[in-house]
Amino acid sequence: MIPPFERFYEERKDEVFGYLARLLGREAAEDAFQETFLRALRAYGELEHGRHLRAWAFTIATRVAVDVRRKATPLAEAPELPVHDERPAYAELDHLTGRLPPTERAAVVLRYGYDLSYDDIGAALGSSAEAARAAASSGVRRLRTKEAS
Amino acid sequence: MTTVPDRLDRRFRDEAASAGLLDVAYDFTDSPIGTLLVAASERGVCRISFDPEPERELDALATAFGVRVLRAPGPVEIVRRELDEYFEGARREFDLQVDLTPLPGFQRAVLEELVRVPYGHVDTYGGLAQRIGKPRAARAVGGALNRNPIPIVVPCHRIVGATGSLVGYAGGLERKEALLGLEGALLT
Repeated sequence: MIPPFERFYEERKDEVFGYLARLLGREAAEDAFQETFLRALRAYGELEHGRHLRAWAFTIATRVAVDVRRKATPLAEAPELPVHDERPAYAELDHLTGRLPPTERAAVVLRYGYDLSYDDIGAALGSSAEAARAAASSGVRRLRTKEAS
Repeated sequence: MTTVPDRLDRRFRDEAASAGLLDVAYDFTDSPIGTLLVAASERGVCRISFDPEPERELDALATAFGVRVLRAPGPVEIVRRELDEYFEGARREFDLQVDLTPLPGFQRAVLEELVRVPYGHVDTYGGLAQRIGKPRAARAVGGALNRNPIPIVVPCHRIVGATGSLVGYAGGLERKEALLGLEGALLT
């Protein structure tokens, strides 16, 4: 059963906005938020079931963020992420993941910040669960190297 | 947790409505007979609800009109305005389009005829049955009115018993009395 869009939107809007803010910085996240939920709304009437809606929302948000990044600044100049969160895991991820390549960054944030499964992360990144796991591992390895250095 | 700023939330809701992406837009409005939920499809106002329980209402709207149901003030602003004018006594007829498309044929016929009962007048269940060509269907007419999805605008409060008693109203008899009182139609 697919819930009315209002319920889906109310349940997901804050965490999707937080996720976009982490990937793009707060300012760019505002346009990306709008675009994410407009895309979701366009597709919503065609959904065949209401399972995995949370992962689906992150999938759209990830694709929007990737589009924004492609159009905007080179990856090496990713913005600082002025987002504050009461959850320590998030807070750490914010400053740690800022310099990761976008796929690894999304994989790490979705896995450790939002507890999505690798299946869902693979879908969000347009790849497989294995590729998502590899991206997250690689991101974590890179973070450890940076921490150590 | 990061929360979406109100202005961003409002911006999305406005854009969703103005881009024509919604099956139903709804909002709440205050009135002298309590808070009302007001909803509109692209064809017109499709729901006015007394004592709204949003969760149940949203499910019902999604089932009847489609799942893209969103609280968005823009499309229902005209409905709110006309209701305000009605309650202020400044409006006797609604200029709103109504959307009765999900309803069964008989109920639609009853409600479409009902709209012709003018402000400040009353008719009876039997009278309405007669007007739709089913003079023996007074009881079925009562059932159709009881499930009227757009009260006030589709004025089921203007239908009373053969003896002039108020009989019943899905929103409660006090509201029926208040609406007829506002229109100066009370028989007593």
